[in-house]
Amino acid sequence: MFKIKNTTLRFVVVMLAMCATMSAVTVSDAWADGDHEGQKRTVSNAKWKDECGACHFAFPPRFLPAESWRAIMSGLDKHFGSNATMDEATAKEITGFLEKNASTKKQEVQAKPLLRITETRWFKSEHRKVAERDWKNPKVKSPANCGACHTQADSGDFDEDNVKIPK
Amino acid sequence: MRRINFVIGLMVAAAGLIANPAFAETPVEVLATIKAEASGTPGFMGFSADRGEKFFKTKQKHNLSCSSCHTDNPTAQGKHSETDKIIKPLAPAANEERFTDLKKVAKWFKRNCNDVLDRECTPQEKGDVLSYLLTVKK
Ligand code: HEC
Ligand code: HEC
Ligand code: HEC
Repeated sequence: MFKIKNTTLRFVVVMLAMCATMSAVTVSDAWADGDHEGQKRTVSNAKWKDECGACHFAFPPRFLPAESWRAIMSGLDKHFGSNATMDEATAKEITGFLEKNASTKKQEVQAKPLLRITETRWFKSEHRKVAERDWKNPKVKSPANCGACHTQADSGDFDEDNVKIPK
Repeated sequence: MRRINFVIGLMVAAAGLIANPAFAETPVEVLATIKAEASGTPGFMGFSADRGEKFFKTKQKHNLSCSSCHTDNPTAQGKHSETDKIIKPLAPAANEERFTDLKKVAKWFKRNCNDVLDRECTPQEKGDVLSYLLTVKK
């Protein structure tokens, strides 16, 4: 290794490194609505991870459109049979994070926004090859239990190469 | 001069970070807060770990008890009854983060009591449960 003594040079190197990181982020964003749904993407927010990851895996925002997230966030007192209410400031921050990173894919026309990822046409189509008995396996328990099959779900990676259906 | 002010500002901020304890409260302080709340209710005679244990393990509404998610052994890892999500141990002896943040404690008592009892827990019930959780050893 050689040491960079000149401060100007060091500055340039740091700037270059920053540019490289930023463009890497842009590239992975570009996949969001393409064919690479499973591509690893790591958007995160501490409050979201804490609040929305307490009772279940924190479902990544890219799997539902903004209007679905808004509907979920305004009905937390009756959240799939649980009470998931939180203080207003936290709820506001999380709603902003979800909206900002939501799916922008064209949605099928819907009278009411869907509240479940697992009920979207997209989800059903990606999973059409999963057998009925695999959904019913007690180790899976619910289609919403993404991590039962997507072994790297916690890091935002849903790539088909990392899928392992429990037997 | 501005530069010096900035440096001093940074040092003060850093000192503040260091001085801040890792946890806002201790479980004993949380228990004292619940006790202050319970003392205001008529006929309050103190908390009981035995009563807390029974409450924790007894199925109530919807065939649920606290143990449905936290298991019969509060030093063990739990599992959410509906989603299978792993829940870290609830007893402070096994998890030092537990009962160190009054706001978090209040939030989860509210949610979980509503799930299990269809109502909030009384200060008596909360104090009994915490007394029980403080007696279990690893
Ligand atoms: C107190 C527990 C609890 C908290 C906190 C919680 N949820 Fe849930 N959530 C549930 C339960 C229970 C289900 C139903 C799970 C099932 O059907 O398998 C659920 C289901 C969901 C689903 C539907 C999954 C699907 O596609 O079928 C979404 C989306 C969701 N939650 C989002 C959130 C968000 C966003 C937050 C944070 C603001 C959050 N949840 C916080 C308990 C909780
Ligand atoms: C029962 C197991 C199982 C569960 C539970 C499950 N999946 Fe999948 N998922 C699969 C399988 C298998 C595939 C790959 C299908 C294929 O190869 O065509 C897949 C594919 C995907 C893909 C496309 C991957 C790619 O590379 O194109 C995404 C995205 C995805 N799932 C998201 C989710 C989400 C989000 C959840 C939870 C709400 C979930 N899955 C729950 C089994 C599961
Ligand atoms: C449906 C599942 C479920 C049931 C039933 C349940 N809990 Fe919980 N509980 C959770 C989850 C999820 C968390 C938060 C996750 C975490 O902090 O690891 C939690 C956290 C807590 C906390 C927060 C403690 C802290 O300081 O971190 C307390 C207190 C608590 N539960 C008490 C109870 C009591 C008392 C009952 C019975 C009346 C009960 N729970 C029943 C799922 C449940």
